[in-house]
Amino acid sequence: MRYLLANAPLIWRLTLDHLQLSAASCLLAIVTACPLGVLVSRVRWLAGPVLSVAGIFYTIPSVALFALLIPVLGLGLKPTVLVLVLYSQLVLIRNTAVGITEVDAALLQAAQGMGMTNSQRFWRVEVPLAIPVIFAGVRTATVMAIGLASIAAYIGAGGLGVLIFQGISTGNTDQVLTGAVAVSILALLADGILASAQRMTRRTMGVRA
Amino acid sequence: MSILSYLLDHPAQVLALARAHLWISALATGIATAISVPLGIAVHRLRIVRVPALILVSVGQAVPSLALLGLMLPLLGIGFTPALVAIGARALLPILLNTYAGLLTIPPSVVEAARGMGMTNAQILWRIELRLALPVIVAGIRTALVVSIGVATLAAYIGAGGLGDLIFQGIAMVDTPLLLAGAIPAALLAFAVDGLFEILERGLMRPLV
Repeated sequence: MRYLLANAPLIWRLTLDHLQLSAASCLLAIVTACPLGVLVSRVRWLAGPVLSVAGIFYTIPSVALFALLIPVLGLGLKPTVLVLVLYSQLVLIRNTAVGITEVDAALLQAAQGMGMTNSQRFWRVEVPLAIPVIFAGVRTATVMAIGLASIAAYIGAGGLGVLIFQGISTGNTDQVLTGAVAVSILALLADGILASAQRMTRRTMGVRA
Repeated sequence: MSILSYLLDHPAQVLALARAHLWISALATGIATAISVPLGIAVHRLRIVRVPALILVSVGQAVPSLALLGLMLPLLGIGFTPALVAIGARALLPILLNTYAGLLTIPPSVVEAARGMGMTNAQILWRIELRLALPVIVAGIRTALVVSIGVATLAAYIGAGGLGDLIFQGIAMVDTPLLLAGAIPAALLAFAVDGLFEILERGLMRPLV
């Protein structure tokens, strides 16, 4: 507790860094994964290979994946963002594809019968109905990114992991606990906020889940 | 100097670390299985246990692995034991969820038929329910073991031993051959375990179909 009070500004800054890094990576991951998920739901034979490749990255231990990128990208933010993006692809692509594929065929026919064009049907029927499932993936990916970002402190990405690694190596238990509790609170808050947002999308999209 | 020089010059050391890595991961997953399967059965049977158990594990899941290692520090210090506990804690959720999900998929009519044949409750649990849920439970153990190998890599920082030692040393000393000598075998270990379990799962599915 004493450590926390004495270093409040530092901890606050590390928290903001951590949040910024996780959020930016997540946004980047969504931008790459969601179109891939839609593609996979349209071109079915692509699903196997795309998900296998995403699965390979997901299987590699995160510390090893950071290390494997160092010879190519060096230390710091670049390899960190790439690892965070690669790691969350599997869950985001899969949830997008599942969300789109599970839209009731009768609804699609009804949309066509109402005279919707393909793009109207996609944006006004398929996407809204898939949003709750996609959102579940975003929630998992965000919590994962916060956890991975703490590990990335070891390769110079900053954030709250700095306190944990530094504290362990210098035997400063207070520092370790401050970092560990802060990053846990961050992850739990993100999880809680996204969980309630997820419930909200479910309600507003009129999906009975 | 080749970037693989350390790996090629010290095969015995890398192999010994890989063995230690597999040992702590497998031990943690074994302990997690011994806790999670009975807990999964309890969650399936007893409504009172269900909600608190599922909330507890899903909250536990949101806590980042590095934070978990940090939180162990004041309780258990540094070394093999706290690493084992942290890895095991991470492995609980996938096995628990899959045990519960596997038991849920069994049609009530199957259990009724078994009862009608005069099976006791214990016989129904062992010969019908657990047997039918086994492929799903094994899938959970597979996820848990792959996760454990990942967390064990990280836990090298608090003295778990294993291939993470080489990675952390290599990063700290900016020694690419050293960090690759840890990272490449760690990734291969995760792939190998994942692949072996895939074969095992296929074998388990066959007699049931």
